[in-house]
Order: sequence, then C-alpha cells, then structure tokens
Amino acid sequence: MDHDHQDLPSDPALRVMALESLLVEKGLVDPAALDALIDTYEHKVGPRNGARVVARAWVDPEFKKRLLADGGSAITELGYATQGREHLVVVENAPQRHNLVVCTLCSCYPWPVLGLPPVWYKSTPYRSRAVIDPRGVLREFGLDLDKDVEIRVWDSTSEMRYLVLPERPAGSGGMSEEQLAELVTRDAMIGTAKVTLTGAQR
Amino acid sequence: MNGVHDMGGMHGMGSVAREAEEPVFHERWEARVYALNRALAALGKWNIDASRHSIERIPPSDYLRMSYYEKWLAGLVTRLEESGLVTRAELESGRPAPGAVKATPPLTAERVAATPTERDWFERPVNAAPRFAVGDRVRAKKIHPTGHTRLPRYARGNLGIIDRTHGAHVFPDSNAHFQGENPQYLYSVQFSARELWGEEAAAHDSVYIDLWESYLDPA
Repeated sequence: MDHDHQDLPSDPALRVMALESLLVEKGLVDPAALDALIDTYEHKVGPRNGARVVARAWVDPEFKKRLLADGGSAITELGYATQGREHLVVVENAPQRHNLVVCTLCSCYPWPVLGLPPVWYKSTPYRSRAVIDPRGVLREFGLDLDKDVEIRVWDSTSEMRYLVLPERPAGSGGMSEEQLAELVTRDAMIGTAKVTLTGAQR
Repeated sequence: MNGVHDMGGMHGMGSVAREAEEPVFHERWEARVYALNRALAALGKWNIDASRHSIERIPPSDYLRMSYYEKWLAGLVTRLEESGLVTRAELESGRPAPGAVKATPPLTAERVAATPTERDWFERPVNAAPRFAVGDRVRAKKIHPTGHTRLPRYARGNLGIIDRTHGAHVFPDSNAHFQGENPQYLYSVQFSARELWGEEAAAHDSVYIDLWESYLDPA
C-alpha cells in the first residue's frame, strides 16, 4: 500500500489544510467541532485535573479507598469522567514501592485526568526503555531509587488507563487540599518524579 | 504484527528528551490533525483498534522518522481511503467528487462542550466465567499474529501471575480487522523483571501488562 500520499502537499501544514478543507466540503467534519476539541485539551483538561484527584486522596481516606478500588468511578465525584465512568486504574506509591506508567505499543495515556501526553511519553526512547530499564529512565528524570525499592511498570496495552497516586511529601501536614494540588506535577502522576514541597515543575 | 511499534525492550533509541513548559500542540496543524481524528471517529467507520493498526502499518523507516502527529495524519489518510469516506481521486484533486452528496457532520461543537472527555466504553457483558483468578500462574502464548495484537513481543512465552481482572473487554485482534468485538476477559498480569529480562534485572521489579484471556495459557 502507498502510505506516502504524494498527492497531498509535502509540508504537513499545507497537507492538513488541504485535507480539512476537503473533509469540510464533503460534510464529514464541522470546523467549529474541531475548534472545540482543540480548546478542550489546550485550556480545559490537563494535569490539574489529576492533581486535584491526588490532593483529594491525600486528605480524604474514604475517597482514597474508592479511588484505589475503582478509579474510573471515583473521578466522577470530581466531575472528570463526563460519561459517568472511565476505564481508569490508580496505583499507589509507597516508601518501598514506585509505580511507572508507559504504553510500549502506542501512546495510551489517561486523558481525562492528565490531558494529552507530552512528546517524551510518546517517544521511542521512553516506550522502548521504560519496561527494560526503568531505573535508568528514572535516573534521567533525576530520580535515583534505592535498589530495595520495588518498581512496578504498567504497560498500558488495553483500554485501561493508569494514574500514579504519588506519596504525600513530608512537611505538607498543614496544607489545604488546594495547596496540595498545586504541588502535584504531571510527571509525578506518570511516575517519573516524586512530589516535593518545592515541586511545581509540570 | 511484529512491527517496529512493538518496541518494549529495544535498545538504541537514545535518552529521553524532555521539553520544559511544553505546549499541548507545537504547531497548529498538529492540533487540527488531532481534532480531525477525533471528529472523524464519530462517523463510526472504524474503531480505536483499526486506528492503531493503520498507524502500525506505516513502513518501519517512516514510523521511526515521523513525528507523532505525522503518524496520526498518515494513519488517518489510510483509514479515510480504506473506509471509502474519501477516494484517491478526491485526495488528489482536493475537491469532492462531482455529484457527491454532502454529509452532515456527526460531531458538533455542542456535543464536544457537553462531553469534553467523551471516550468509548470497552467492557462488555459475557456469559462465560473468567478462566483465571487472581493469583493464578499463566504463561503468555508464543504467537506471532500478522494482524493487530496487543500482546507485546517482550511478554510472549513468559510466565506471569494474574494480578487483577478487568472484566470482559472488546478483543482488539478481531476488532481492528472489523471481524467483531468478540469480548473476552482482560487481566492485569504481573511479570517479574527477571522473568522478562534475565538475572541482571532488579530482583523486586515487575512489569504489569493488560492481556486478554486468549493470549494466556495456564501454567
């Protein structure tokens, strides 16, 4: 099969413009719906959603229980699964256990709670190495885990999506749920970082 | 298929390059490609497994060279043509075929606003009981399907333990080829790093992989 499609212009921007114009003319897509889809993930849905889920779990033990038992139902309590359900599993870090999420086969990622994935998550180095060399990958992220810490890598091969519940940082006892959410980074919820009091590199 | 997309465990891909303050989309055309994929999926002419398979079929050298959204674009054009939604002549001319009836787009801005994170549901009721229970030892089959599969090569032939059951889910290997959903039980299977990679791997580490029942044998 010819996958090169020389018929469309080679510059991706021009190719996409030509394709969109054809599809609009055929009545297959509505440009306003495209704008709304883009706006959703540029401005409305992103890692702040996941951060609020994590902060809630840190301050509300009953919510945390529900979240770990059925993540997809629990996030509806915060309004993050508009269908009322979601295929989501939340995995909890502990002093001796660290979780890391990858999709070796493509780019599966928990969109409703983290938004669209960063380029590195979809990159060949991350996809190829996270399962065979998680410690090496984590060191590149500045996380050097003790060899006694158990690492669990979650390869997202199905429609189930995975979110890491990071450890609450020491010294955060007096903070409000809102302040805690500010500490939680995207990378901490993928498992390539820990949450720190100075954290907020997203 | 044993494609280059199935890259878990491969060497030589380099270090993980990160970008500080990364934007959601780097170029406007990437955003359009993303949105076109979402909007056209609503036509129901294909499913998520067929989408993935269209990207897996990109020739390996192109797959490794292309950016993420270039792959999405290539897969989309393949699906548009294969589904008959768009003809080659239309792609070449950039114009609808003469006399073509104009359709009505199924996805509207209102629907996007109402259900911004809308996603399909893949669990299905089945009559059969699950073959495996949590704690069971299983071995991932040593199979090499030439079509779509979600059994990664690095898992094949290896011994694991059922960690949890996710219920019965649409089976990608048939769904990708429009041969039915054939739902079957889906399990999270724990493989020790040493089972997968040998004695050099850390003793306590594991990889958890979601695997459908027919990928597994009792062990």
